[in-house]
Formats: sequence, structure tokens, C-alpha cells
Amino acid sequence: MKPVDLLVAHAVYTVGRIRSACMDLAPIVLVIAFFQLFVIRKPLPDLGEILLGAVLVVLGLSMFIEGLERALFPLGEGMAHALSRKGSLLWLLVFSFALGFSTTVAEPALIAVSGEAADIAADGGLIDPDARSRGAYSLGLRLTVACSVGCSILLGVLRILRNWPLHVLIIAGYALVMLMTVFAPPEIIGIAYDSGGVTTSTITVPLVTALGVGLATVIRGRNPLTDGFGMIAFASLLPMLFVMGYGIILF
Amino acid sequence: MDWLHELARDFLLTCRDILPIVLLFGFFQLVVLRRRVANLGTILAGTVYVVIGLTLFLLGLEKALFPLGKVMAGQLVELSLPRGSAFDPSAWARFGWIYLFAALVGFATTIAEPSLIAIAFKAREVSGGSINPWGLRVTVAVGVALGLGLGTFRIVTGTPLHLYILAGYVVVLVQTCFAPKSIMAIAYDSGGVTTSTVTVPIVAALGLGLAAAVPGRNPAIDGFGLIAFASLFPIITVLGYGQYAQFMNYRARRQPREKQHEI
Repeated sequence: MKPVDLLVAHAVYTVGRIRSACMDLAPIVLVIAFFQLFVIRKPLPDLGEILLGAVLVVLGLSMFIEGLERALFPLGEGMAHALSRKGSLLWLLVFSFALGFSTTVAEPALIAVSGEAADIAADGGLIDPDARSRGAYSLGLRLTVACSVGCSILLGVLRILRNWPLHVLIIAGYALVMLMTVFAPPEIIGIAYDSGGVTTSTITVPLVTALGVGLATVIRGRNPLTDGFGMIAFASLLPMLFVMGYGIILF
Repeated sequence: MDWLHELARDFLLTCRDILPIVLLFGFFQLVVLRRRVANLGTILAGTVYVVIGLTLFLLGLEKALFPLGKVMAGQLVELSLPRGSAFDPSAWARFGWIYLFAALVGFATTIAEPSLIAIAFKAREVSGGSINPWGLRVTVAVGVALGLGLGTFRIVTGTPLHLYILAGYVVVLVQTCFAPKSIMAIAYDSGGVTTSTVTVPIVAALGLGLAAAVPGRNPAIDGFGLIAFASLFPIITVLGYGQYAQFMNYRARRQPREKQHEI
């Protein structure tokens, strides 16, 4: 292929991607427009900046997902399959933890929410209001969540290998969440509960599912559908525990 | 100039955020697996896409989605509670527009969610056709709508979050004992897929804006929690849908026999 053809192919792909991102965003734009025009009936301040920001969101999300599908997903899936066939338990566990950790650090929704959490904590006087300690707080929050997702994937892999019953672990986990809620400071509980939903988002789910499916197909007698899913269930449970722990230590 | 400065800062931070994945993949590819990377060019280009895309997305988020969610939360509170009038938590019914707005945002974003569409088709395969993909998507969207409606109600009244979540867990637990096995994995998965990259920031901003605008609420305590509602309630509605589908199947199988009796 000539470079020009390659460029054209890229452009066609990107336009298609942008269109599907617009389609994703359309329902929410409709709801907001309806409320602005018929219920609130007041002008939005900084409308121009909001529109420009929305364009950036669409562009950025399209490029991000395009890049994930071109580079990270094929590479990660190939590695997950290769490692589960290789049969070295130690490397498999190291890879599981590192995969959960590194994909969560790059998760856009978590970056956004932890930034907000830092602003709120600073406004509430829980941490120093300067930019540096806010940055440290939000980074600490993200690293805590990333560690917890790493542990979840590790636990999920061990569960597939050892065939531990999923529902017992999950129920025990939720009981522990409720127990820790009693001891955790009230300022951390909301963000802790939210972090469970935030982690299972754009990057983590496809790569982790690939690892689970790879393992379940290599080990005899396992079902790829139900075994791959267990990791995601852990990944929305452990972050709550870890973030509450972070709050107990910090505040 | 300000924008450029922010852009450069976001770009550097994004490079830092992507670094662990790059290191991980590089290490395992070269040291552990000792394989040559196929299509290195495409993969490098894709990584550049990821970094630029994430930078633009985060910048747009700061400029558009966060301010929008907060401003609208403030405007809606003002609509229900004109400035200066006294606020009494028992008058929660006055905030009907807020519950409706949150529920509609939840419904609208969920029904169009691509990963949910994929799960819905998988569900039809697994269930042998008794789960219809549209029915499942509407069920999940209704779950998110209910969750966000109830979540905003919690923020307005300032009641403790863990009580709602605890009650939700108990309901899920009871349903798990009775719902058909085949829907279980899909139900738990549906809780995770509803919280997508666009929905999370808007919903988080809505909650924080609401907690800041309603008198007597503290954003640090009351502002978060909406995302937890949005991931818990779809599980309940999908398990319920599975039970309903099972019941209908059971009835459909029983009906012909009854007719035979009639004859």
C-alpha cells in the first residue's frame, strides 16, 4: 500500500469511529437539550466552551478507542493466550496483577472521578487545598484502586486454577464491605462505593476478559463464559474495600 | 495560551498514565515470552492514538461534561427551590424534576451503550431465545434509571448511602437463590457495563452539583454514590427479568396441557 492509500484508509476509519461516538453521545445531548429548552428555560453559561469541550470529548474518545483496538487489545489478548499456554504459574500471577494495575491507572473515568474527589476533599478541609496535595490525594486514590484491581485479577486467576466457588467469595466480600463501612470515615464511603463501578470500564474489561477466556479454554473442564466473568465481579468488589482502607489510614 | 498550557500538562500526565501498560507489555513480550512483536508499526501508531485521544478526552471532560453536570444540577435545584426559600428535607417531592432528569440521563445513556448491545445478543444465545435482546436492554436501562432516580432522592434527603446499598445487596442475594442460573452471569455483568466512560463523569458531576446546591448537604459525604446505584440496580432488574422469562416459559409449557384437558 502506498502511504497515501494508508492515510485515506485511516481517515475513513476515523470518520466512522467519530460517527459512532456521536451516536453514543446523542441520547444524553437530547435529554440535556430537552431540559434546557423546556424545563429550565434559562441560558447555559459558557455555552461555547461547553460545545468545544463536547467536540474534544467525541474526538478524544474516538481516537482513544481506535488506538486501543489497533494496539493494546490485540497485543494484550495475544499475550494473555500465550501466557496461559506457557504454564508458568509465577509469571501468570505477576502478569495478572500487573495487567489489572496498569489498565486501571490508564482508565479515563477513574482519572476524572479521582480528580473531582480531590477537589471535594480539599473544599471540605480534609486535605490541604494546594494543587500539590490535591494531586497527591487523587494519585493515591487511583493507585489504591489500581492495586485492588490487580489483586482482583490475581484472585480471579487463582479461582479459575483452583476452582474456588465464586458466590462464596462474593458474599464474603460484600459482608466485609458492610463491616468496613462501620469503621470507615463517612467522607470516603461514597467514593469507595463508586470506585467499584468506575473500574470496570473501557480498557480493563476487554483485556481481563481475554485473560479469563484464554485460561478457561486452556484448562480442561472450565467454561469460558462463567469463568471469565468472575474477575470482573472481583474487580468491582475489591476496590470498595481498598478505598475504604485508604480512607481509614488517611483521615 | 491558557488552553495550550492545560493541553501540554494533560498530555504529559497522560503519557505517565499510559506508561505502566507500555512497560508491562514490553517486559513480557521481550523478557518472558521472548517473541518478536508482529506489526510493530501499527502498534506504535495505535499507542500514539491512545495517548492523544485520552488527552483530548480529559481536556473536554474538564471543559464540558463536568461543568455541564454541575450547572444543570444547580439550575434544577433553583427551579424546585427558589433562592432564599426555606428547605425542609421532608418536602423531597418538590424535586421531581431532578429525579426525572437523573432517571432520563441514565435511561438514555444505557439504551445506546455499545457493550450492552453486545451482551444482549450474547444473552439471547445463552438463553436459547427466551431472552429477547431489546427486552434486556430496556430492562438494564430501566434499572439504571431507577438507580439514578433513587440515588438523587438519597442526595436530596441526605439519608445514609450504605443503608440503600445494603438493602440492594440483600435483594440481589435473595433473587440469586431463585433466578435461573443462565441469567446470573449476564445480570452481574450488566451492572458493570452501564457505567461507561461518558456516563461516569456526567453522573458524578450531577451528584456533586446536587450535593452542593441543596442546602444542608455536604458534597464530601453526600455527593458520591450515584455510580454505585447505577451499577447495583440493573442487577436487580435483570435478575427480575430472568425470573419473569422463566415464569412465562413455565406457563407456556403448561398451557397446551391444560388445553388438552379441556378437550
